[in-house]
Amino acid sequence: MRHIISILMENEPGALSRVVGLFSQRNFNIETLNVAPTEDPSLSRLTVTTIGDDRVIEQITKHLNKLIDVVKLVDLTEGNHIERELMLVKVKALGAARDEVKRTADIFRAQVVDVTPSLYTVQITGDATKLDAFLNAMAPLGILEVARTGVSGIARGDKVLSL
Amino acid sequence: MELLSGADMIARFLQDEGVEYIYGYPGGAALHIYDALFRQDKVKHILVRHEQAATHAADGFARASGKPGCVLVTSGPGATNAVTGIATAYMDSIPLVVLCGQVMSHLIGDDAFQETDIVGVTRPIVKHSFAIRHPSEIPEVLKKAFYLAATGRPGPVVVDIPKDMTAPTERYEYVYPKKIKMRSYNPVTRGHAGQIKKAVELMLKAKRPVFYTGGGVVTGKASEGLTDLVKQLGFPITTTLMGIGAYPQSDKQCLGWLGMHGSYESNMAMHHADLIIAIGARFDDRVTNNTSKFCPTAKIIHVDVDPSSISKTVRADVPIVGPSSSVINEMISLVQGKSIASPEALTDWWKQIDTWRAEREGKLYEPSKPGEVLKPQEVVEALCRVTRGEAYVTTDVGQHQMFAAQYYKFDKPNRLITSGGLGTMGFGFPAAMGIKQNFPDDDVVCVTGEGSFQMMMQELSTCKQYGVGVKIVNLNNASLGMVRQWQDLNYKSRHAHSYMESLPDFHMLIEAYGFTAITVNTIDELEPALERAFANKHELVFLDVKVDPFEHVYPMQVPLGSMRDMLLSKTERT
Repeated sequence: MRHIISILMENEPGALSRVVGLFSQRNFNIETLNVAPTEDPSLSRLTVTTIGDDRVIEQITKHLNKLIDVVKLVDLTEGNHIERELMLVKVKALGAARDEVKRTADIFRAQVVDVTPSLYTVQITGDATKLDAFLNAMAPLGILEVARTGVSGIARGDKVLSL
Repeated sequence: MELLSGADMIARFLQDEGVEYIYGYPGGAALHIYDALFRQDKVKHILVRHEQAATHAADGFARASGKPGCVLVTSGPGATNAVTGIATAYMDSIPLVVLCGQVMSHLIGDDAFQETDIVGVTRPIVKHSFAIRHPSEIPEVLKKAFYLAATGRPGPVVVDIPKDMTAPTERYEYVYPKKIKMRSYNPVTRGHAGQIKKAVELMLKAKRPVFYTGGGVVTGKASEGLTDLVKQLGFPITTTLMGIGAYPQSDKQCLGWLGMHGSYESNMAMHHADLIIAIGARFDDRVTNNTSKFCPTAKIIHVDVDPSSISKTVRADVPIVGPSSSVINEMISLVQGKSIASPEALTDWWKQIDTWRAEREGKLYEPSKPGEVLKPQEVVEALCRVTRGEAYVTTDVGQHQMFAAQYYKFDKPNRLITSGGLGTMGFGFPAAMGIKQNFPDDDVVCVTGEGSFQMMMQELSTCKQYGVGVKIVNLNNASLGMVRQWQDLNYKSRHAHSYMESLPDFHMLIEAYGFTAITVNTIDELEPALERAFANKHELVFLDVKVDPFEHVYPMQVPLGSMRDMLLSKTERT
């Protein structure tokens, strides 16, 4: 099963490589990875999506917690949560296809953020399935380039991941 | 306010931290630090002949004393030579602080002379690592390094120190940080009371219980408590290789150690148990054999300070995260005044265990007859007699390691010093050196083989320089015995590169360093040679004992089997 694990860790050099290294060292799997400092510049928040059965996920969270740089973590998929990913897509936009790209973007509530005579750059946010669906819809029109941020997430309700 | 250079801060910090010996080897990037060490006399630096030996020596000291060992190496090859020693300490959870010189900060990343990203290289084999970014950080970073190495589940910590951080011209305020707090590191100090209560209830109800305890009891300094608890309950106990001595092996409740070459009765008791009380052990593959066939009728209580060790390979029914000492003490207080539910069942269990003990009696090896080539097992038995079972015994890796663990009887913890997890050949001799320097009045003996000894024999020179009187018992079978044993069993005796052609004349080799060597060929020469070797505590003596190259280590678990599936000799299996 797919899990989204969010980690608060010391914003120190080497911290990220320890997290990433742990996954390869212990033969765990990373689907997406996303990291940036938080409102407290001494802390980074890292979100990783991974796939594994309960035993593997238990080992992943235990080993992550064991890293000295990791302050706290939460498996967001254990409760209700909001999951978002941002994607930028460059699509061919010539002739009749130019309107089709715009229409499809509107259907998905995506925005065209850059334009040239021959292409559109479209920005879209949503969960991973929405982004996949958008790519499927755009594929026949000619996708030139895709940039995805990887999943970020936060728990719904009063639950807070902080110190 | 005291102003010190980075290098002087390091020397002063080591003094304030109470470090007596630091093992190392100088080189360009570490020279400021070496100069600072030269200008003081409290911390004694021991110059090894290879950086791997520095890590093993510090590691040996740490294992014997329970305090962190300390190492100083230069950048590049100095640091990479230390890697095997760091990995050895990591696998056995040994506290070690390794200070590595590094090229100047402005050169990092430029492929400068003797530059290696040692923090990157060692990342998977350290508990944590630091890179110094400003000289003023040094006292705090070093305090963190020692704190991390020694607390929780111990382990090695690497500190990377660029040369400009130790420049004599730049001085900063030095204050020894007495305490350190890290928001991201709070090792657990006691186990969950409810879980401990649940565990004790299971223990009192058990019909066929067995304690299975590991290195965590030794590093957790919990062996007195463990002995009390086990004696109060009257249960059998088996330890891992790393846990040997945590419970006195001469006591009748001790079944010896378990696993691939563990005792027959230990493995049989584990397989048939209805309750396994695992403390500070990690269900390693050399213990469990095939986990899907592991102890089919047992409930498992698992106490460990590291939550990631629990349910890693074998699911625990009652997991308890906590240090072995405090959990054991709480168990003792809960057990006190209570009696077990079925003393008759326990009596029957002991009868069964005694039957197993009788079954294996005399099966595992046949002693040599006068004039015949010696059996390695009887050499270790004689060594145990001559040293009254009180020596610090270090080993290298292979058959001799298993024989040392099987036939020397340890009644104290921290006495068998062996690379259990990584299995590092070359570990034993430098480890013995580190122990002997710190415990000069004790007998320290390295049981080794001619293969392992040759991996670190350059340290004879270090022993000469510092007058280190270790004893070396070389079980010389002129082959890589354990490899050969596997080739006998699994490769139809095709001995691919497991024999040693062109062995040196060890007698002459040892004498070249000015030490005494004794060659032993037969049983009647054995004890007199050992007596002579141990007569002077401060003299290095090397015993080259010629032993039977055809001997195998038994029992031996059958691959992919359960705990009870064992070979007992070349012709008999369970």
